[in-house]
Amino acid sequence: MSDITSQSLFELTSNIKEKKLSSEEITKAFINRAEKSKKLNVYVTDNFEKAIDQSKKFDSNPNLDFKLPGIPIAVKDLFCTDGVRTTAGSKILNNFVPTYESTVTQNLWSQGAILLGKLNCDEFAMGSSNETSFFGNVQNPVGENLVPGGSSGGSSAAVAANLTPVTIGTDTGGSIRQPASFTGTVGLKPTYGSCSRYGIVAFASSLDQAGPMTKNVRDCSMLLEVISSFDQKDSTSIDYKRNHYSKELSKDIKGKKIGIPKEYRVDNMPDEIELLWKNGISYAKDCGAEIIDISLPHTNYALPTYYIVAPAEASSNLARYDGVKYGFRSPGQNLIEMYEKTRSEGFGDEVKRRIMIGTYVLSSGYYDAYYLKAQKVRQLIKKDFDDAFSKVDAILTPSTPSSAFKIGEKTNDPVSMYLNDIFTVPINLAGLPGISIPAGKDKNNYPLGLQVIGKPFDEQNILNISYALEDKINFKNDISDWWLSE
Amino acid sequence: MSIDLKTVKHISKLARISIDDEKANKLKGDLNNIFQFIEKLNELNTDNVQALTSIAETTLRFRKDEIKSENIREKILKNSPEENKDFFVVPKVVE
Repeated sequence: MSDITSQSLFELTSNIKEKKLSSEEITKAFINRAEKSKKLNVYVTDNFEKAIDQSKKFDSNPNLDFKLPGIPIAVKDLFCTDGVRTTAGSKILNNFVPTYESTVTQNLWSQGAILLGKLNCDEFAMGSSNETSFFGNVQNPVGENLVPGGSSGGSSAAVAANLTPVTIGTDTGGSIRQPASFTGTVGLKPTYGSCSRYGIVAFASSLDQAGPMTKNVRDCSMLLEVISSFDQKDSTSIDYKRNHYSKELSKDIKGKKIGIPKEYRVDNMPDEIELLWKNGISYAKDCGAEIIDISLPHTNYALPTYYIVAPAEASSNLARYDGVKYGFRSPGQNLIEMYEKTRSEGFGDEVKRRIMIGTYVLSSGYYDAYYLKAQKVRQLIKKDFDDAFSKVDAILTPSTPSSAFKIGEKTNDPVSMYLNDIFTVPINLAGLPGISIPAGKDKNNYPLGLQVIGKPFDEQNILNISYALEDKINFKNDISDWWLSE
Repeated sequence: MSIDLKTVKHISKLARISIDDEKANKLKGDLNNIFQFIEKLNELNTDNVQALTSIAETTLRFRKDEIKSENIREKILKNSPEENKDFFVVPKVVE
């Protein structure tokens, strides 16, 4: 049997079901590795002691019908966990202990999983490199001083470094898929309305979705099956029949029509990404898929649209952090001064920047020129996809325009940081499901991902296409454990 | 179009975030760069386009107005920045 922490979710659950491993052995193995991996800075808050108790409790009376029987899982620190500090990577929530549980994490525990701890992320999920976190940046296990992507950077690093078997992140403009691409892991953003947003610290409510981040496509299907559910507590949760994703997983994609959008060939895109894409296309052909050239004409307008819509929604959502009922408070002479000081000291620079953008585009006299304009363009972007999906079953693109970059390289230039999400943002604006799978490496040996985009509620199809491609690509993430300490 | 210092200060007031002059100047630069990037949308004629209001084409549901959590006052107040057993405390607002 291979080392416990390098096993996939599928292997771990099989080993538990066949009684070859106990939950306690697995939980302790991940905790031991985490103790030696502090240099990566993936944990904001650990739950190790309680996790060991819970694993012993599971072993004393194991329910092997569960989908995640006694499996320890760490989650992004954006999911409210009852009784366990939840910070969203922000000083303003530094001391916040929720009194309720998010629906998606509750779904994990209801299927036998055990909380290992809360993973670092960009502050309020605003960032593409995990450098905006109040708790410091995260190291990418792929190489020293490389960013792990963001905002789910602690999550992507933890999966790649074998610190959790799988995890869940959130994706507003690419925050699951881009970090997955940067770390050689798999990340899926489900259709808007598929996973409940209840209990997730809100960033941009019309874009936010939770989703699985895993080592491989099969694990991804297993985890999606657990977290995707209709929820009365989220008014935008959609009641539809969800697939039995892991059972229906199939490499047979013969005759599937896969679209290749010409607008995703951007200026200055490195040759290796072009090559990666070409290889992906030829693998899809080898699997019997039909390749069709398509056009998504408004692709170039997606990022500017996103940088109106997302900050506008964020400025409204973050109005609740006023220092009154919970979180950080800075004292003031009067109520207004208390608000202003609390928010000035409690939020980091990127969050303040986005609140300012949002406040401006929603302010009197500017609403029509910016917000309304953006919602109109968003309609055009959605229509592009509607038109494309009348001809194809799925769309294949690169996940990111580059591989992981160095820590500090883009922090002084917000716009160049935003360009990271150029291939992922349109999918959130249109509410579609998208998955990033590792597909190759660049000249520095850093991972690169391919993205498969599907029709609404067609997660099964993009999982199957990814499963078939994964088999052909045969990606190996050679990570040297350079960060381990005794 | 460009955003001047006065506008930056006005937005910070609306957003209830106090900023000093140095930060305001830095923000002015950042915001102008970002808005320059956003202005690209003006290339598009959207006169006959209907704004998107909901990405999921469903109508919002009604639910019964029922109390589902009771006696959580203590739990809720635990996160309060200033303690006073039954209330949230703020600086004096009425003279």
